[in-house]
Amino acid sequence: MAKKLMKGCEAIAEAAIQAGCRFFFGYPITPQNDIPEYMSRRMPQVGGCFLQAESELAAINMVYGAGGAGARAMTSSSSPGISLKQEGISTCAAAEVPCVIVNMMRGGPGLGNIQASQGDYFQATKGGGHGDYHCVVYAPSSIQETCDLMPKAFDTADKYRTPVIILADGLIGQMMEPVELKMNDNPTMPDKPWACQGWDPKGDRPRAVINSLYIETEVLDDLMTRLNARYDEIRKNEVMVETYKAEGAEFMLCAYGTVARVCKAAVRILAEKGVKCGLVRPITLWPFPSKEVHDVIAQDSVQGALTVEISNGQMVEDIRLAVNGEKPVEFMGKGGSIIPTAEEIAERVMKIMRRA
Amino acid sequence: MAVVFQKTPVLTDVPFHYCPGCGHGIVHRLVAEVIEELGIQEKSAGVAPVGCAVFMYNYMNVDMYEAAHGRAPAVATGFKRVHPDKYIFTYQGDGDLASIGTAEIVHAAHRGEKITTIFINNAIYGMTGGQMAPTTLVGQVTTTSPYGRQKEHCGEPIRIAEMLSTINGSAYIARCALNNAANIRKTKAAIKKAFQCQIEGKGFSLVEVLSPCPTNWGKSPAEAMDWLQDNMIPYYPLGTFKEV
Repeated sequence: MAKKLMKGCEAIAEAAIQAGCRFFFGYPITPQNDIPEYMSRRMPQVGGCFLQAESELAAINMVYGAGGAGARAMTSSSSPGISLKQEGISTCAAAEVPCVIVNMMRGGPGLGNIQASQGDYFQATKGGGHGDYHCVVYAPSSIQETCDLMPKAFDTADKYRTPVIILADGLIGQMMEPVELKMNDNPTMPDKPWACQGWDPKGDRPRAVINSLYIETEVLDDLMTRLNARYDEIRKNEVMVETYKAEGAEFMLCAYGTVARVCKAAVRILAEKGVKCGLVRPITLWPFPSKEVHDVIAQDSVQGALTVEISNGQMVEDIRLAVNGEKPVEFMGKGGSIIPTAEEIAERVMKIMRRA
Repeated sequence: MAVVFQKTPVLTDVPFHYCPGCGHGIVHRLVAEVIEELGIQEKSAGVAPVGCAVFMYNYMNVDMYEAAHGRAPAVATGFKRVHPDKYIFTYQGDGDLASIGTAEIVHAAHRGEKITTIFINNAIYGMTGGQMAPTTLVGQVTTTSPYGRQKEHCGEPIRIAEMLSTINGSAYIARCALNNAANIRKTKAAIKKAFQCQIEGKGFSLVEVLSPCPTNWGKSPAEAMDWLQDNMIPYYPLGTFKEV
């Protein structure tokens, strides 16, 4: 398919359909309304189902029902709505129900604002809901990358029977960019014998029970051991990271999502000033690319690093853990959806380097 | 020798965990028998609630979900949209359905969702130890209404069957009770009608069942049946409230 100018939310919705998603349950909230609106137009055309739920809670529980019935199911929302969905996300994680959740992050806490933000990093990567679980978290930095990640998100969800979060900031959803969608009329769908679909007592398949209640300690521990082994597999296989001009750099920027693109512009500004600055951009926020982040920042040529976020500092904690004190890591960022310019970032880097 | 009674194969062999005199065991059996009699075991699935019936997935020989508190109708909606040719029921108590899950049940009915809900009304939270429910009667003593429920303080009990019968998407709404054999037979007939309503694709169906909770009512099983008859039925009249 030729490149087409598309709004982020609509491109993401179409990419989900091309990835075989046929069940979408959502609830209106800005700035992601174009996703449910697009789904409401497209799902009937592809024999799928769009349903506007009565609440975020109902939407994620419909996803639980549809995902538990074996379908590729998805919901989308923005920060306050994602908070409401946490009960269901925790349930999906425990009951091993694959599903995809898109969060077009807006400013918080509380109702916050409706501008782009990265304030939900902790919520997405450290659990979000109650209990000892993880979601795989993808953080795209362009509309094209978001579209490319959608089939991967559904595949990963199915492969590991886990919820997967697309953590994008509101800018990704609201801006328009040229994208090339991989059209796929017949996406491969894995067999899901564990799903609720009606049970034949005379058949080979055991009766399906989609459940998150394990009242006996040993039985719950069995589940947690199984989940933990799966999380180790995910850590081993699914880490995604981009490095940009990192080799032999004097200084490293760290950022994800839209901010990483601003950082790339800062890298180019710094190059013009004769500063060899690189960028490391985690694409999976969980599993976090700790080794890759460590290796580029801890290289001998690097004096220090600066993490830039549209928040008061969340991912910077994981960057510091990865670097483990081997190099100084500073933070630049603000809450309230204020995005630093490339010039401001370059100036901050120059200031740090002069100080050193 | 002729077999005159046999446990339905739609129930597993796992022993029920319910207290003596509890109504859940009776209703589980009725639901299972109805599924057997309608010949839909292989095409059916159920959603267990949070509450005393939380382990229902161990007792029913059909594919089962366990839902978070109150969310069973949303989960059933997800299943039904994926498998419109299959049949799904939710089984929910009064804390689950009439308190934390009111949005889900009202909107499932409102959409005319082709699911069947079995709603157990025992006027109390059972599993958590006898707290006040929205269905608790005025004056009834519970662990969170130790002076008896006062309507000035927390309102009067909610009548779910009447409320849902006002919604266009509801196709069959009935209230039954377990206080005697005749009413148990009527309960089974209502449950069957509710499933038939789903099979015929008419819309949302719900059977509210007035059910005893001797443990949390502080009564013997026999006293509990009398209390249900004397106190619950006058406030919660039995009958069919909607049938299309």
